[in-house]
Amino acid sequence: MTLASANPSSSRSEGRLLSLILGLAILVTLAPVARLFFEGVTAGGSLNLTFFSEVLSKPATHSALRHSLVTAGLGTVISVLIGSVFAFLVALTDLRRKAALVFCLMIPMMIPPQITALSWTQMMGPSSVLLKTLGLAPPLGAPQPLYSPGGIILLLGIQHTSIIFLTLRAGLRAIPQEVVEAARISGARGFRIWWQVVLPLTLPSLLAGVAITFVTALGNFGIPAMLGIPAGYATLPTLIYQRLAGMGTTVLAEVAVLAILIGIVAITGILIQRFFQRRQRVHLVGSTGRPLAIPLGRARLPVEITLWLVIAGILVLPMMGLLATSLVPAYGVPLRLDTVSLDGWYEALFRQPSTRRAFVNSFGLSIGAAVVLMALCLPLAWLMDRHQTRLSRAFDSLLDLPYALPGVVLAIAMILLLINLPFTDLSLYGTIWIIFLAYLARFFAVMFRPVQSSLRQLDPAMNEAAQSVGAPLWRRLRDIVLPLSAPAAAAGAILVFLTAFNELTVSALLWSSGTETLGVVIFNLDDSGETVMASAVAMTIVFVVMILMAVIQLTSRRLPKGVVPWQS
Amino acid sequence: MAELTLTNIGKHFGGAPALQSVTTRVNDREFLALLGPSGCGKSTLLRLLAGFEQPSAGSIRIGNREVANADTRLIVPPEERNIGYVFQSYALWPHMTVRRNVGYPLEIRKLSKSDRETRIDAALEATALGPYGDRMPSDLSGGQRQRVALARCLVSDPTAVLLDEPLANLDVALRASMQGVFCDFHQRTGATMVYVTHDQAEAMAMADRIAVMNEGRIMQLDTPEALYARPRSRFVAEFIGDGAVVPLTGTSHSDSACEATLLGTRLRVETDTPTPEMACLRPENLTIAETGDIRARVERVTYLGGRYRLDLVAASGEPLVTQSNTRYAPGEHIGLALTAPWAFAAA
Repeated sequence: MTLASANPSSSRSEGRLLSLILGLAILVTLAPVARLFFEGVTAGGSLNLTFFSEVLSKPATHSALRHSLVTAGLGTVISVLIGSVFAFLVALTDLRRKAALVFCLMIPMMIPPQITALSWTQMMGPSSVLLKTLGLAPPLGAPQPLYSPGGIILLLGIQHTSIIFLTLRAGLRAIPQEVVEAARISGARGFRIWWQVVLPLTLPSLLAGVAITFVTALGNFGIPAMLGIPAGYATLPTLIYQRLAGMGTTVLAEVAVLAILIGIVAITGILIQRFFQRRQRVHLVGSTGRPLAIPLGRARLPVEITLWLVIAGILVLPMMGLLATSLVPAYGVPLRLDTVSLDGWYEALFRQPSTRRAFVNSFGLSIGAAVVLMALCLPLAWLMDRHQTRLSRAFDSLLDLPYALPGVVLAIAMILLLINLPFTDLSLYGTIWIIFLAYLARFFAVMFRPVQSSLRQLDPAMNEAAQSVGAPLWRRLRDIVLPLSAPAAAAGAILVFLTAFNELTVSALLWSSGTETLGVVIFNLDDSGETVMASAVAMTIVFVVMILMAVIQLTSRRLPKGVVPWQS
Repeated sequence: MAELTLTNIGKHFGGAPALQSVTTRVNDREFLALLGPSGCGKSTLLRLLAGFEQPSAGSIRIGNREVANADTRLIVPPEERNIGYVFQSYALWPHMTVRRNVGYPLEIRKLSKSDRETRIDAALEATALGPYGDRMPSDLSGGQRQRVALARCLVSDPTAVLLDEPLANLDVALRASMQGVFCDFHQRTGATMVYVTHDQAEAMAMADRIAVMNEGRIMQLDTPEALYARPRSRFVAEFIGDGAVVPLTGTSHSDSACEATLLGTRLRVETDTPTPEMACLRPENLTIAETGDIRARVERVTYLGGRYRLDLVAASGEPLVTQSNTRYAPGEHIGLALTAPWAFAAA
């Protein structure tokens, strides 16, 4: 009994509520994107593509586009190499301590890219405190090896490893164990099972993961900004940033074109990902209850050691570098017992008013975004599932756009939309509200999708039972729908909070004095040469994030199933 | 309590008709079963009564109140119909205790806490769930969950109780005892009940009347006995009970009796139509006797416990079914005596 064909009986009150919330959601998410597109193809109010082609023909645009494609593409290759090896080994074999491995692999995604970049530069290069302390630093004047395309590629790859890991593992979990068992009964062993059975079945999810990793890498701002700007190597997001920072809002039309360009590349990526995700619905029949555990035999210990060494290399070492830098009195001084100093921490956390403001701002913005989005997405996802109108279907296919588009693109869109509020002289540009609205648009999909999928799995009889005993719409929403989708909503809220808390790309273009976010503060401190303080703030954020993740992880047994986003 | 009236109900799901011109009435305090193969429209009919679906044609009344009318586009939402609904999946809210599940309808109706407690206790008592009030649904067995669902719809004195295959997920032994629970419930409350099932034994055991449905229509609405003894169509004859349907010819009527030729022999038949074309031969219409009216060959023998079911092929080629107390070997030829079968028009 499918209920996709709406439920007409209570459609009047539900229909009204749906149009209200849907209208609000479209205003929040799609209006900025529409405004941006309008700006790019018009000049002075009429359709005009000459300006568009003019910007596109500039050599700077070409080289930035090329740099973007090269770094995002090769970065994705690195992500695939690391992420898929981890995913296959964790999902298929009898490795020990899988939960710990997964947790550690998740951390790079939760650490903001500009901190990743900062920590790696602190681990390598001539002024690395860590290397100096160990006496391994290259001579002064030697180039920082990470200030190069190669450095950007490496860090983009590491940053997005967990995306590949998560999508691939989800695909692997959907493979019924019978399929693999049947292969083993038929005599296939080891590599052959992987090559002939597992890989073909997971190829669609792998390709979907590749597409989304590429799009995310393309939109990454923190890493090319920290590593590319010193090397004079601009990607599209950093080019937009430099144009806007250099000349202010007068160049809006030009950066709008650049934003559309990067948006087109991103949308192509999403469409490819959608295509593969649809293909992914091969009809796999069988139970997926028990996880697979193919014995690795004698290879298990060496494999485990290798995986943990990789974790150490991409997570622990850079963090050590960051920590070491944050503990010296002045940048360049080697860290010894007699030089250990908490001055940087003290200065950054307690003296600098901007850091304190940024903490307040980032906490407020991310908690606010999580709460507002939860209130918006829960009823919307439920109503959209029950009343499929043409508008709601169109919205469903477009709502990922603000998240998939690079942060700078969304920021430009927000500026265009809110620099002059329609019918007034008011402007939200320069206030904290423009950042807040941008967060709502950007993280809408992060909240909406988990809630939507959990509501789809909800037995429609749950709601009908409440209807049959006389519960009106708002009672059903409050007593039945809300509590039953709460775990998914909580998972979404946790993700929104963690990503918004670390976010730099959107706020880099939207902040002004007094509305800094943590991402902006680190970027500015590093930019002005205060590397020690930048490291101290970055370390603080890493600690906050890791403590939050650990608390969620430790309480996960008491929480309803599905609350912890990285345990599916 | 009230009667349910359906007038000329039709329902389409995007073109394909699920129900076609269904007109029927469920009497006050009646236990009606909707019986039919899967896809016959019985669940759709129930959901129309509940208000989960809107009819594409026709109207529905509960008591004196019209609750749906396709012409005036009137539709009273389920939450305002005061009906009880028992779902196949039980639809217990997993985040509420048994007591809260049962008491939720009263919460909606804003009863005072003490009133609520009294009625919840009564409902739990009536379904023998007394000790389980503080458990969560996930801690209960299938039969207990079903009883919670029943208690939940009992607690608010609904005008009618609709049950959608409520026993389909239970094992055989539990089904029998739950049938007892439903019957007791019906007798005690006198609620009008509509019960959807595809299991005719279930329908026969509980219902006052059964509506046999096929392809979106009610084929026959009758007492269980009448359905078995006097089917009016080939579908009902074959769907209800065991037996065989054979064609008949050469009907001749006298004062009180009717004769016809079937299986190559002339025979008295029971009928209420002037031109019957089919006869329904139940196992009890056929008695094994060497001097019988016809001969047949044994095709298959199935032991039913205490007796055997015999699949036969008559000399004239029609398959037949009978029962015997002794085993026969497949391939054996036996004689059959026929007692007056029920004959009906072919449609």
